[in-house]
Amino acid sequence: MKIGVVQFPGSNCDQDCLRALTDGLEFEADYLWHKETSVVAYDGIILPGGFSYGDYLRCGAIARFSPIMRAVVAAARDGMPILGICNGFQILCEVGLLPGALIRNQSLLFVCQPVWIRVETSEAPCTRMLKRGHKLRLPVAHGEGAYIADEKTLSGLETNDQVVFRYVDSNGDPTPAGNPNGSLCNIAGICNRQRNVVGMMPHPDRAWEARLGSEDGLLLLRSMFRSALVATA
Amino acid sequence: MKLQVIVMPKKTVLDPQGVAVRNAIRELGLDGIGSVRVGKMVEIETDSLPDRSQLEQICQDLLSNPVVEDYEICLPGSGEMTHT
Repeated sequence: MKIGVVQFPGSNCDQDCLRALTDGLEFEADYLWHKETSVVAYDGIILPGGFSYGDYLRCGAIARFSPIMRAVVAAARDGMPILGICNGFQILCEVGLLPGALIRNQSLLFVCQPVWIRVETSEAPCTRMLKRGHKLRLPVAHGEGAYIADEKTLSGLETNDQVVFRYVDSNGDPTPAGNPNGSLCNIAGICNRQRNVVGMMPHPDRAWEARLGSEDGLLLLRSMFRSALVATA
Repeated sequence: MKLQVIVMPKKTVLDPQGVAVRNAIRELGLDGIGSVRVGKMVEIETDSLPDRSQLEQICQDLLSNPVVEDYEICLPGSGEMTHT
């Protein structure tokens, strides 16, 4: 099993992702330059955080047209596990693999802090090994992380159990105090209808060993790509 | 010629930038200020008028995100060409 970590010009969490996968989990993983046109050699893909194309126009708006994205979209339709973290989540929304959009934080501030998120469903690849209600400590670092979608999309997400994570306070409740960016319904991460594509603003790649302040990211990454291992075995 | 594409946050989308700018304008003492919204303008230089449907497609796919933004294409002198 091999995981591809896509590098766009301006990605800056590609190394974090690769280290989390290789050193944290002893998975096989490789960088995938955005000019590549095929992902067939891989069993899973991460779109890492950063500022692809300088966030020009909108976050992820230009990266979605990178050659690799055509292959990523095709692989997603075929069921490959695909995880977009932070800027990767923004790209997945821009390319239409996930519904909704991520806009400027309500506070207008760039937030860079640890947050609590709660697992809302264990029926997503990254939470399959976790229980609903499990609270995780992960950092966020973004200026445009407020999740927004129209009412119909939001109710669809809830009905179809596609909300994977919600921001919560230290008591585990999805309150405004626990919401770092003004995301609707405290949404921190979602999956597609097919449940193989996950986007999340918090960074599991920045929480994979104790000296980083949390190891909770490993739980998610292991679960995300362990299922690929089972699927391809 | 120059085309202009004006991209604005949808009316239903909260625009925190607009709120901050509105507050700053009020602080500066201008009375009667209602809502302020901040968008962006893309200026495109071109030799000839591009194919309209292609241009519309580019506005929808690249220049704006239809989930949160509306756009308007303006031709030089003739004002608004289209509106979503």
